[in-house]
Amino acid sequence: MKRRDFLKQSVFASGITLVPSFLKGMEFLTPEQLSGYRNVIIIQLSGGNDGLNSIIPISNDIYHSVRPVLAKKKEETLKITDDLAFNDSLKPIKSLYDKGEVCIVNNVGYPNPNRSHFRSTDIWQTASGSDQYLTTGWIGRYLDANCQNPYEAIEVDKALSLTLKGKKMNGIAVSNPNLLYQSTREPFFKDIAVNAQKEMLDEDNQGYLYKTMLETYSSASYIYETSKIYTTNTEYPNTAFGNNLKGIANFIISGLKSRVFYSSLGGFDSHVNQMNTQDRLLKIYAEGIGALVEDLKKNNRFKDTLILTFSEFGRRVKQNASRGTDHGTANNVLLIGGSLKKQGVYNELPNLADLDKSGDLKYTVDFRSIYATILGNWLQVNDKTVLNNNFKKLDFI
Amino acid sequence: MVASLTDKQIQHLYWRAGFGITPKELKKVQSYSKKKLIDHLFEQSNAVKPLYVDLGILKKNPEQLTKDEKKEFRKLQNQKVLEMNTLWFQQMQKTEGILREKMTLFFQNHFSVRLRMPQIMLHFHNTIRKHALGNFGEMLMEVSKSPAMIRYLNNRQNRKGSPNENFAREVMELFTLGRDNKYTETDIKEAARAFTGWDFDKQFEFVFRKNRHDTGVKTVLGKTGNFNGEDIITILLKEQQTANYITEKIYRFIVNDSPDPKNIKTLAKAFYESNYDIESLLRDIFMSKWFYDQKNIGVKIKSPVDLITGLGRQFNTTYEKPKALFFIQRKLNQMLFYPPNVAGWPGGRYWVDSSTLMIRLKLGSIILNNGVIDIDIKDDMPENRMIQKKSKKTGLAKRIRATGDWNAFLPHLNNTNKKDLVDFLIQPQLSETAQKIIAASKNDNTQEFIVELLSLPEYQLC
Repeated sequence: MKRRDFLKQSVFASGITLVPSFLKGMEFLTPEQLSGYRNVIIIQLSGGNDGLNSIIPISNDIYHSVRPVLAKKKEETLKITDDLAFNDSLKPIKSLYDKGEVCIVNNVGYPNPNRSHFRSTDIWQTASGSDQYLTTGWIGRYLDANCQNPYEAIEVDKALSLTLKGKKMNGIAVSNPNLLYQSTREPFFKDIAVNAQKEMLDEDNQGYLYKTMLETYSSASYIYETSKIYTTNTEYPNTAFGNNLKGIANFIISGLKSRVFYSSLGGFDSHVNQMNTQDRLLKIYAEGIGALVEDLKKNNRFKDTLILTFSEFGRRVKQNASRGTDHGTANNVLLIGGSLKKQGVYNELPNLADLDKSGDLKYTVDFRSIYATILGNWLQVNDKTVLNNNFKKLDFI
Repeated sequence: MVASLTDKQIQHLYWRAGFGITPKELKKVQSYSKKKLIDHLFEQSNAVKPLYVDLGILKKNPEQLTKDEKKEFRKLQNQKVLEMNTLWFQQMQKTEGILREKMTLFFQNHFSVRLRMPQIMLHFHNTIRKHALGNFGEMLMEVSKSPAMIRYLNNRQNRKGSPNENFAREVMELFTLGRDNKYTETDIKEAARAFTGWDFDKQFEFVFRKNRHDTGVKTVLGKTGNFNGEDIITILLKEQQTANYITEKIYRFIVNDSPDPKNIKTLAKAFYESNYDIESLLRDIFMSKWFYDQKNIGVKIKSPVDLITGLGRQFNTTYEKPKALFFIQRKLNQMLFYPPNVAGWPGGRYWVDSSTLMIRLKLGSIILNNGVIDIDIKDDMPENRMIQKKSKKTGLAKRIRATGDWNAFLPHLNNTNKKDLVDFLIQPQLSETAQKIIAASKNDNTQEFIVELLSLPEYQLC
């Protein structure tokens, strides 16, 4: 049964009265509203993914000479152009690329790069400069400035990352809507939720606790009730990452009023014996994304979706003594979507002949330009308010 | 002059100086004067009880190991850090010296280091523990020269001609002056040169490698000379701003998330004049009148460690497996020895989001009642309660598998009427909502009533 028909037969046929009273005012989107309701899915590859072995400068002599063990041979890769090729674990991404649904931005980074995982992750998540410590994430600030409900940004994962933490409002972290829902279903918590009114207005910590509790309580019901509308029958790879993406697809197709989704895949810190580890992880990534896109397409939601994939840093150009690579700097970023304005390779390839003192790539695109583009051009909100600065927008969307 | 504190104020002191007070302890100290009580707190924390983990098994040279042995070695290293984690929790739950534990917690987060190397992490932790109530300057010097810090902030790579600024930056920004206070980028660059040559050897002992040290003249914070690393630390301690920054951070940790500039100024001046004596700073706070003001009581969000240890001390919690405790820590985003980054846990509201709050609210019921809060106030059929209480662990309780001991708590209570229980277990004033729910509760079972109190948002505050 198609989603639309299902909705007509069930919820809408019987009227809105099915929605519990405390959910009033935050109903899910009707099928008519749903089309054109844009969303962005952010995927973080944690640990520092080696971009040079993901999207490979295959004809570059320097690449082959400084990576005698790690460099991929041409026949092991999937051709993009004469000079560029996908790691062959990225087959599903390659086929999206061939349909004009992928945009590759090279050399993305920021000034004075930090090679610490934690610090660089913070920088990417808070959209700060490398000399700036922010306690709110860029999506958290998006929520603060533009949203009414915490569930408008959802992390499908175990905990909420800094990205989704705002000053006024945090996004919702949920790996299993059912479990989150169950943990709020104590009669005791219901009594509190039903009775609590005034505390929500208080600015102090007690008010904050009540507010978070009510937000969680009502969001959990909302997310749970709404996501029941659609359960995908598309097959996803049986990995934790695949499951998380499946959860995101269910949310999007069910018509959850959320515009930002977040998830991550870890393990990319390949100091030692990189090849097998990275290829395996890239496969998990690509197969998951392949299934997600297929699912969204089937339900006519891919045209409203943009998927951003990033890692906190790339890796050193030269391989190290343990068949791995050390922490680097600038990296490529993938944008996947059904409505890209610019497809293919967005900008110049990394210049392996012009490295910084540590032997790392120099950035040419500030990652915050990509954020600004997503906020301003795609979600159509004021990017300057969120990023506290004017960053030049790109034209991939 | 005998000024004694009310029960509520004593509880306040014990929450901020430790992890709450048990009914038994409260009975003992109720009649103490304020001064005697504070002396008592310091006396109990006099002894330094270092964590001890047998690391003999790690005395190998990793370079001589085969690939598989290396893998095994890394696994062992991980296990040992986790063992340290378990031991520290046990110590916090059992010890009399709560103030030392609390300040060790503070400084371990102030000097935030995350390494999977138990050999140097244990030494690092015990160094902090030793100085936690002593002299901040001595702690700073010893911590800066510890292998853990040298490794974590890349001072091994800091050499004459190719300086690494990581430590020089953080020692100013995070450990002494505070971000954007007094120092410039040039100060960082110059200070980095002074720290060149600081390293440690294969036995994990500090060594000064003279040939890597930049002996040239440096200018840092307006002072010029042939400085080495120790000189820079001394220069940083000479700055009143260091005392201001540390005092404010301790104030936020012990007193209130919102700092009171007037109180902090007075405290910081005395702290500086005492040459950074941590005990005298804490005495100034605890002896003050304002520390016991209503606006400072019950307003801080308990850290996960406060929450877990508070329940642990009250109800003598036991965990079926250490894993259960790791699970809670991960779920609540505070895994000891695994801080998020060099800046440590920010604390305050950072602890609470949709994924953590419901677990925090359920923790009391998980430990004491298999995860059942059981207050369906419309249902007053005793049979139903019986069934719920007898039921097996469900949901989260199945994952966490922790058990509390009512006998550690109930027999020591003087009164079990509702008002006394609320006063003892809940530090802030009850919200209107909570008052309503408590009043409506027909529950006359003390245990169930206590579980309800532990499940209120108010219990998350101290």
